Amino acid sequence: MPKKLTTILVPVISVILGLLVGAIVMLVSGYDPVEGYLALWEGIFGDVYTLGGTVRQITPYVLAGLAVAFAFRTGLFNIGVEGQLIMGWLAAAYVGYAFDLPAIIHLPLAILAAAVAGALWAFIPGLLKAKLQVHEVIVTIMMNYIALHVSNAIIKSLTDGGEKTPAIHESASLRSAFLDNLTEYSRMHYGFVIALIMVVIMWFILERTKRGFELKAVGFNQNASEYAGMNVNKNIILAMVISGAFAGLAGAMEALGTFGNVSVIGGFTGIGFDGIAVALLGANAPLGVLLGATLFGSLKFGALNMPNVGIPVEIVSIIIALVIFFVASGYIIRVFLERMSKKKEAK
Amino acid sequence: MTKRKFGLALSVVLAAGTLLGACGSKDDSSKGDKESKEKNFSIAMVTDLGGIDDKSFNQSAWEGIQKFGKDNALEKGNGGYEYLASKSSSDYNVNLNSLVRRDFNLIFGVGYLMEDSIKEVASQKPKTNFSIIDGKVDAPNVASILFKEQEGAFLAGVAAASVTKSNKIGFVGGIDIPVINRFHAGFVEGVKAVNPDIKVDAVYTGAFDKAELGKTTANRMYTSGVDVIFHAAGATGNGVFTEAKERKTKDANANVWVIGVDADQYKEGQVNDKTNVTLTSVMKRVDIAVQDVAKKAKEDKFPGGEILTYGLSDNGMALADSHGAITDDVMKKIDDYAKQIADGKIKVPEKVEK
Amino acid sequence: MEYVIEMLDIRKQFGNFVANDNITLQLRKGEVHALLGENGAGKSTLMNVLFGLYQPEAGEIRVNGKKVKISDPNVANDLGIGMVHQHFMLVENFTVTENIILGSEPTKMGIVNIKDAAKKVQVLSEKYGLNVDPYAKIEDISVGMQQRAEILKTLYRGADILIFDEPTASLTPQEITELMQIMKRLIAEGKSIIIITHKLKEIMEVSDRVTIIRKGQGIGTVTTAETNPSQLAELMVGRQVEFKTEKTEANPKEVIFQIDNLVVTDYRNIEKVKGLNLSIRSGEIVGIAGIDGNGQSELIEAITGLRKVKSGTVKLNGQDITSLKPREITESGVGHIPQDRHKHGLVLDFPIGHNIALQTYYKAPISKGGVIDYSKISELAQKIIKEYDVRSGHGESTPARALSGGNQQKAIIGREVDRNPDLLIAALPTRGLDVGAIEFIHQRLIEQRDKGKAVLLISFELDEVMNVSDRIAVIYDGQIIDTVKPNETTEQELGLLMAGQDRQSNNGQVKEGDE
Repeated sequence: MPKKLTTILVPVISVILGLLVGAIVMLVSGYDPVEGYLALWEGIFGDVYTLGGTVRQITPYVLAGLAVAFAFRTGLFNIGVEGQLIMGWLAAAYVGYAFDLPAIIHLPLAILAAAVAGALWAFIPGLLKAKLQVHEVIVTIMMNYIALHVSNAIIKSLTDGGEKTPAIHESASLRSAFLDNLTEYSRMHYGFVIALIMVVIMWFILERTKRGFELKAVGFNQNASEYAGMNVNKNIILAMVISGAFAGLAGAMEALGTFGNVSVIGGFTGIGFDGIAVALLGANAPLGVLLGATLFGSLKFGALNMPNVGIPVEIVSIIIALVIFFVASGYIIRVFLERMSKKKEAK
Repeated sequence: MTKRKFGLALSVVLAAGTLLGACGSKDDSSKGDKESKEKNFSIAMVTDLGGIDDKSFNQSAWEGIQKFGKDNALEKGNGGYEYLASKSSSDYNVNLNSLVRRDFNLIFGVGYLMEDSIKEVASQKPKTNFSIIDGKVDAPNVASILFKEQEGAFLAGVAAASVTKSNKIGFVGGIDIPVINRFHAGFVEGVKAVNPDIKVDAVYTGAFDKAELGKTTANRMYTSGVDVIFHAAGATGNGVFTEAKERKTKDANANVWVIGVDADQYKEGQVNDKTNVTLTSVMKRVDIAVQDVAKKAKEDKFPGGEILTYGLSDNGMALADSHGAITDDVMKKIDDYAKQIADGKIKVPEKVEK
Repeated sequence: MEYVIEMLDIRKQFGNFVANDNITLQLRKGEVHALLGENGAGKSTLMNVLFGLYQPEAGEIRVNGKKVKISDPNVANDLGIGMVHQHFMLVENFTVTENIILGSEPTKMGIVNIKDAAKKVQVLSEKYGLNVDPYAKIEDISVGMQQRAEILKTLYRGADILIFDEPTASLTPQEITELMQIMKRLIAEGKSIIIITHKLKEIMEVSDRVTIIRKGQGIGTVTTAETNPSQLAELMVGRQVEFKTEKTEANPKEVIFQIDNLVVTDYRNIEKVKGLNLSIRSGEIVGIAGIDGNGQSELIEAITGLRKVKSGTVKLNGQDITSLKPREITESGVGHIPQDRHKHGLVLDFPIGHNIALQTYYKAPISKGGVIDYSKISELAQKIIKEYDVRSGHGESTPARALSGGNQQKAIIGREVDRNPDLLIAALPTRGLDVGAIEFIHQRLIEQRDKGKAVLLISFELDEVMNVSDRIAVIYDGQIIDTVKPNETTEQELGLLMAGQDRQSNNGQVKEGDE
C-alpha cells in the first residue's frame, strides 16, 4: 500500500472506528446515535456561532500542544504545561487590568508577559535538569501544583481576598466587536492568529535556525552534541523556556480572550494535560499539532451540544474519549493495514 | 467511593434515559417552538462544575426547577424545563448561550463562579431573563439570588455545641470565598452562643470537587478529638461523610457527627438501617428561591436588576430534620434562636471575627 | 556427506531490492561453517530466513535431509536451531539463569523453579567450559560473559545448530581467543556452527569451510584449508585487496602537537592518565598501542575538551588548548573521529546530511544570522558523500541509524577531514568494519599525513597500529612507557610493552592473549 494513502487512511479509519464504538455506547445506554452525532456535528459546524466557539476552543489547545511538542522534539517531557499556562494566564490578566496603556502597546505587553511568565515557570525545571540531572517530569508535575496555589494566593492578595481579578481593559483584549457580531457572541477572539503564528514560529525555530538544530541534536544525543561543541546545559534550559513560553501564551488566550480575567480555581484547567494528547496526535510536528488541536477542540466543543438533545455529559465524555483513543492508537490500525497489504503482495 | 459515584452517575443516566424515553421530545420545527413558547413559560439552568447530582445547590436548584415544571405542567426539553451541566469554566457561556438559543424564558446560573458569564451573556441577549444564584450581577434582565447562610449556620452551631462531648468542633470549607465565610461565621457564632469556650477547628480545603481532600481533613479532625464537623465544601464534603461512616462502621459507639450543607444530606450519612452520622443539614433552599423567582417571572413580575436575599424569615434557609439525633430540648433551643434571628433580634455576622 | 542444514537457492526480496539471490549454503554435521561477506552483502538476511524471521520467496530449506518450512523462530527452536545475536537479547537486571529461562520458565504449580534451572545451567556451563555463574546479574558481567549467557540460552533450549552473528565484534582479543576455544568444544560435543563474519583472520583460525556472498549473490563455498586470506578477501570484495597498507616513508617535520605531564581523572575522580608526555610532528602518524583501560579514552577526551584536565598542558601549533571548550579546540585545528561513533560521533536520528554538518552547521556559509541555509548543508553532504563513498538508501536524507557501520564511519571521517584539521585524532577508527572499509579508512589517514598533518591513532588492534603508524607509543597505566618504530619491533615485543614490561627485560617470552 502506498505510504501516502496509509497516512491519510489511518486517521480517517480511526475516527470512524471511534464514532462506531461511541454509537454502540449510545445505543446500549438507550440514546439515538444518529441524533447524538447530528448534535455533535451541529455543535461544531452548525452556524457561525458554533464555528466561532470551535475556533475559540481550539486556540489554547494549539498552543498547549506546541509547548508539549516542542519539548518532546528536544528530548524533554514537559508535563508542566498546565502550570506554565496558569502562570501565563495570571500574568496576562494582571498586565491587562493593572496598566492603562494604548492598545498597540498594551495588548502585546500582556501577551509578552504571559509568555515570559510561562517561560520562567519552565526555566526552573530546565535549570534543575541541566545542573543537577533532576528529572523534568517530576519537577514539572510538582510545579503544576505550585502554580495552581501560588496563582490562587496572588489573586487573593491582589484583590483583598476576592476570588477573581477585575476585568482586563479593552486595550489588552483579544476580543473584538467585529468578531462578536460576526459569530453572535461566540467569544471567538483574535488569539487564533497568535496560535497560527506560533505554529509557524515553532516550525521556523526547529527547522530553520541554528538554535533549532542544536536543540534537536541535544534532544537526540547529548554526548554527540557535546562532542560537536554544543552547550548541552544551555540548550536544555532554553528548550524548556521556549516550551514554557508557548504554554504561557495558551494562558494568555484564556486571560485576554475567553475570560478577560483570572479567578481562583480549585483544580487544573486540563488544557495543559490535553496538550500532551494533542502533541502526540500531531506527532510532535507543528502542523500536526494544529490538526490534532483542531480535532481535539472541535470534539470537545461540539460535544457541549450533545446534552441539548438529552444525552448526559457522562456519555458524551465517553464518546469523545473513545474517538481520541482510536485516533491515538492509530498505530494499531497502521500495523493492521501493513499486514493486509503484505498478505496481498504475498499472494 | 469512586464505585459509589459511578453507580450514582449510572442511575442518574438511567433515570434521565427513562424520562427522555417517556416524553420522547425532539427538536421540533421552529413553528412548534413558538407555539409552545406562547403556551408555556419555560425555565432552565446551567450547573457549575459540581454537576447536577452534587447533592448540594446544583441538585437543589434542579429540584426547584422540576417542581416548578410539575406545578405548571411542563415537560423536560424545549419549551419546558431543562438543565445543562458544565465540565469546565469555559463551558458556562456556551451552555448559557445554548439555552438562550433554545428559547428558554428564564435561565438560572448556579454558583458565584458563573457571575461573569451571566453578566456577559445577559448583556448580549437582553431579551432573555437570567438569574444568578449565590452571586451578584447588576443588569436589568438579571435577578441576583443570595442567601443569609450565616443564619442557617448559626442554628447548626447551636446544634453542634449542644451535641458535642469532647467540646471540639470542626468546620470544613471549600474555597475561601464570601459565601463560605458566611457559613463559617454563622457557625462559629452559634457555637459561641451555647458555649463560648469551644474552639472551632476551621479548615478551607481550597476545592469544591475533591472528596479525598475532605476525607483526609475529616480524618485529622476526628483523630484530634473533634466529634462534630460542619462542612460547607460541596463535593469535597462528601469525603467528610465517608470518613465519618468508616469510623462508625469500625466502631458503632464512635461519637462522630457530620452536619450537611445546602440540601438535606441525611442520605449521605446512612451507615446502615439503624445508624446515620448526619446530625442535621443547613439547607439553603435554592429550590424555594428558584421557584419563587420563576413564579414571579411567569407572572410578569420578574425582579430584574434586584438582589433577592433569602434567610430564615422567608424559609430560604432552614435546618433539616435530624431524625431524632437532636433531642427535643435542644430542638426547642434552636427554634428559639431561629425565631430571634427571623425577628431580627439577633444579627449574625457575615465574617468571622479575628 | 551428511548435511544437517541445507539452504538451497534461497531468494529473498524486499520490494525491488533483492537481498538474497539464489544462495545455497550447506552445513555439515560437526563443522564450523563461516558465512563471509561485506557489510550489507546479505548475510544477516540469509540467517534470518533460516531462523524463521523472514520467509524466502524461493528456494527450500532442509534439516537433516527433510524439507521444512520455518515460519517463525519457535519452529527454528524446535528444529534445534539457535541463534547468538550480535546485539544480545538479554535483560540487564536479570540473572543469567533468569535470562535463559525467559519465555519458557519451568514452573512447579505455577511458581517459577529457578533452582532447578540454575542447576541445569551450571551443568551445561561446565560441560562446554563456559565458566558462567548462573546467579550473576547480566549488568555485572563482561561482554564476553554476556555472550556466553547467550550461547547457554541456545544450548539450554536444545540447539544442535548454533548461528553466531558477528560474535567477535565487541569482544577483546583475549575474549576472542576464548570464544574460539568454546566453539571447538561445542563441535567436539557434536554441535554444528555457522559463524557470520567479515574477519578473515578468525575464519582462517576457526572454520572448516567458508561460503562467500557478495551483494546478495552466492559466490561459492571453499574449504578453509585450501584457501588463504587474500583469496577470501578477493572473493568477498570482488577485487584485489591490499592487507599491507601501501604507504611511503614518512616525512615528519616540526612538532606541532605536544602533551606535557598530563593528568586526567575519570568520573570517580581516580587518576587514569598519570603525567603523560607525547609529541607529534607534522606529517607523521603516531599510533597509541595499549590494552583497553590504560587511559586511552580519558586521554582523548581530555585533548578534545570533553573531560576536564587535572594538570599538565596540551599545545597545538604553540597555542595552549588545555581545558578549552570542545568547540574552541575544534576551531583551533583538531579533528576527532570518536571511538564510539554511536555515542559521540553521530546523532543517529538525524539524517546523515545533518550529521556531516555537525561540526560546521553554526558558521558561514551554512549559518547566517542564526538561520541555517539547508541547501548549503545539502551541498556539503553531497560533496562528502561523493568523495568518501558514503552509501545510503536515500542519500543525505537517510537517517544515520540506517547506514552500515562502515558508511557511518566514512561520513564521520569525511566530516572531520574536510575541515582540514592540523591534528586528526582517530580512535578505534575501524572497529567492526569490513576489510574494504578498513582499507579505505587507512588510506585516508595516510593521505592526511602526506598533506603534512599530524595524526594520532588509537587502536586495540596491533595489526592496525603496526600497519598504519610511523611511530608507536605504548600506553600503560596512564603513561607512555616507550616509543618504537613499527619496522624495528615485533608483535611480541609490543605485547610485552603493553603488559607493562620494559624492553630490556624481555627475551622472546611471549605471553598469550596479548594480541
